[in-house]
Amino acid sequence: MLAYILRRLLYAIPILIGVNLITFALFFIVNTPDDMARMQLGVKRVTPEAIQKWKAERGYDKPLFWNGAAEGAGPVTQTIFFEKSARMFAGDFGRAEDGRDISREIVARMGPSLAIALPTFLLGLFVTVSFALLLAFFRATALDFWGVVLCVAMMSISGLFYIIGGQFLFAKIFRLVPISGYGGGLDAARFLILPVLIGVIAGIGSSTRWYRTIFLEEMGKDYVRTARAKGLTETAVMFGHVLRNALIPILTGVVVVIPLLFMGSLLTESFFGIPGLGSYTIDAINAQDFAVVRAMVFIGSVLYIVGLILTDISYTLVDPRIRFDR
Amino acid sequence: MNIQPVLLWSDVCIWLLVLAGIGAGWWSRRQPPLAAAWKRVGQSRPGMAAATILLAFVLVGLLDSLHYREQLPGKAGEKASYSVEVLSALDRLLLPLRTRVEKTYSEPLATRAYAKEMMEVRQADGSLRTMRDYPRLKFGGATLGADEARVDADIAGRAIRAVLLAAVVWLGLCLVVVRRLACADGVPLKQAWQALWCGETAFAWNAVLIAFGALMLVAALLLGLATEYHVFGTDKVGQDVLYQVLKSIRTALVIGLVTTLVTLPLAVFLGIIAGYFRGWIDDLIQYIYTTLNSIPGVLLIAAAVLMMQVVIDTHPQWFATAAERADLRLLALCFILGLTSWTGLARLLRGEALKLRELEYIQAAQAFGVSDLRIISRHLLPNLMHIVIIALVMDFSGLVLAEAVLSYVGIGVDPSMISFGTMINNARMELGREPVVWWSLVAAFAFMFVLVLAANLLADAVRDAFDPRMA
Repeated sequence: MLAYILRRLLYAIPILIGVNLITFALFFIVNTPDDMARMQLGVKRVTPEAIQKWKAERGYDKPLFWNGAAEGAGPVTQTIFFEKSARMFAGDFGRAEDGRDISREIVARMGPSLAIALPTFLLGLFVTVSFALLLAFFRATALDFWGVVLCVAMMSISGLFYIIGGQFLFAKIFRLVPISGYGGGLDAARFLILPVLIGVIAGIGSSTRWYRTIFLEEMGKDYVRTARAKGLTETAVMFGHVLRNALIPILTGVVVVIPLLFMGSLLTESFFGIPGLGSYTIDAINAQDFAVVRAMVFIGSVLYIVGLILTDISYTLVDPRIRFDR
Repeated sequence: MNIQPVLLWSDVCIWLLVLAGIGAGWWSRRQPPLAAAWKRVGQSRPGMAAATILLAFVLVGLLDSLHYREQLPGKAGEKASYSVEVLSALDRLLLPLRTRVEKTYSEPLATRAYAKEMMEVRQADGSLRTMRDYPRLKFGGATLGADEARVDADIAGRAIRAVLLAAVVWLGLCLVVVRRLACADGVPLKQAWQALWCGETAFAWNAVLIAFGALMLVAALLLGLATEYHVFGTDKVGQDVLYQVLKSIRTALVIGLVTTLVTLPLAVFLGIIAGYFRGWIDDLIQYIYTTLNSIPGVLLIAAAVLMMQVVIDTHPQWFATAAERADLRLLALCFILGLTSWTGLARLLRGEALKLRELEYIQAAQAFGVSDLRIISRHLLPNLMHIVIIALVMDFSGLVLAEAVLSYVGIGVDPSMISFGTMINNARMELGREPVVWWSLVAAFAFMFVLVLAANLLADAVRDAFDPRMA
């Protein structure tokens, strides 16, 4: 097991290097730092000196890969690639346009992001699994049919509608919760209820349908027939056998998103004014703060790879049939 | 009036797709398994109703993909010069909607503006008095003249006439269909009529006719009233919302369909060769798609779109008109969406190809010395077609929804291009106004909902028909 995890970790390294190279290519080769400077400074003030100054302030005035003018290890280390890209492996993301340290900002903003994402995830999982189980239990009845119709309708509604509509209804018309904002401590709950609720509702459609197919697939298997033949009640079969076995594909399917919860949700956070990583990313996109976007891309892929490894480990934990000898 | 046809790049892609669609349809008629699967799709009632609605959307989108520039009035003998504004056939059809621009917001079917204004009113004795009131709209209900009280009766009259017209056309179409069915089966008309509505026909004619009836009803109501009123109101700059919604359809279709032009070749080619050749090719391709996949989609799109914006902004000389720039940005967005979304399909195809290459018929082909290229094209590809078709229709709705989100985040289509995303983005602050301006938002969401719902229903029907596990 340990050897397997180690092997998976080693396998992650070339992927991270690939991600790093892709982002580097996107941000520094598709457009030269000169282009970015011209864009950031606006059309009017573009003098060569201004561009040079802009680049020097951000350390973009060095060569891309090889600095022939430096000594010692300098040719490799005093380059844009090493300073801006390779250093991300050490958790050093440089500074944002407003001069703040990106790493510190990320650590500070993880809390609010998690405060929304984690309850949404857990509550959403519980609600959708229960709903799907209900539909599967009443399969091929009117309840199942209209439940599926509801799911298809719900997944055809834009996520923006849930947010805009929910905010309008609960915060503006009924005035139950504040429209947006965030507070520390217990006060935060007031601000979190609505985004969490909307997040759960928005996810019901597609997840329920997906889990329902898993349940139905599981119910067609032989052990279920055996359990029924033993004379177990339908309820006992559903909860004792089908649910337990169907949870394997469901849980292993959602494990991959758990690390990504740290990233927060772009839309929810920006609509509700929550100072998490999602709104940080949106602000950076709107302000064209390339350093922050680069950092978020890198962190996102690290978390995704962690999620993949966790998925593989969770397979071995919940399903003893799977072995990792290869 | 002289016009100069303009072929935007996205038009080229759209018409190519139409040709490809017709070609694929013709080809699959001669492939018994595919033809049988399509026939099963034709039996699905929700699927066919959805297809009817989608067809209407596609028709609007296609009309909006015939672009031209009008000739400017000039002296005789001079070299003709053309307007910089690129219009489409849909713009020509909707000329009244496009040109009747009010000053600012107005409610659906309103005759007066949404906010009070200072204005001078001529009193009965002929003197002018300034007072604050809701100003009369320039175009909304203009034929009523001073007789504004008649507005409800006028609207009702127009609506009833529209409904009657729709009903007549619909009944006529029903009769045509029933006659053809009756002739084909050699049964009397009445029997064919009953069979049709009891759902005894092989093709889901009843669903198609009902969907068509609903479509006719909505279209007749909208068009009957739109000649005189702003059916969905007007937005901040007084532009008719119905016009914007209809224009948004093309953007959504381009995003949903043209993206597949990028996804499909990449996914099919890379997925199949990875599964078929295995070894280092497989390792390399797996590495590429795991790496691409590990970057969260929105962030990769954001990074790529930001970079594309820099390219577009630093090369203004590439674009003759603003429409061309917006168009190329739209295509670039499709390209980026395609590059980030081929991985899922490629992985599916790789897995299936791995399975198929071990089967006897492929091994027999290999033993006979059939070339790899021929094995892939003759033996593998046709047996993977169902996965490709299912993936295509399933992706469409997701892409339409993604466009709205991306445009909201600021990494979607050009802000000057009308799309559901830009409409929602422009309208999202309006709910905070007092009284609430809800109509743009509701219209955009409603049309997007119908489009995506229809796409989802059709996708389900196609999946049920093509997936061998379902049969």
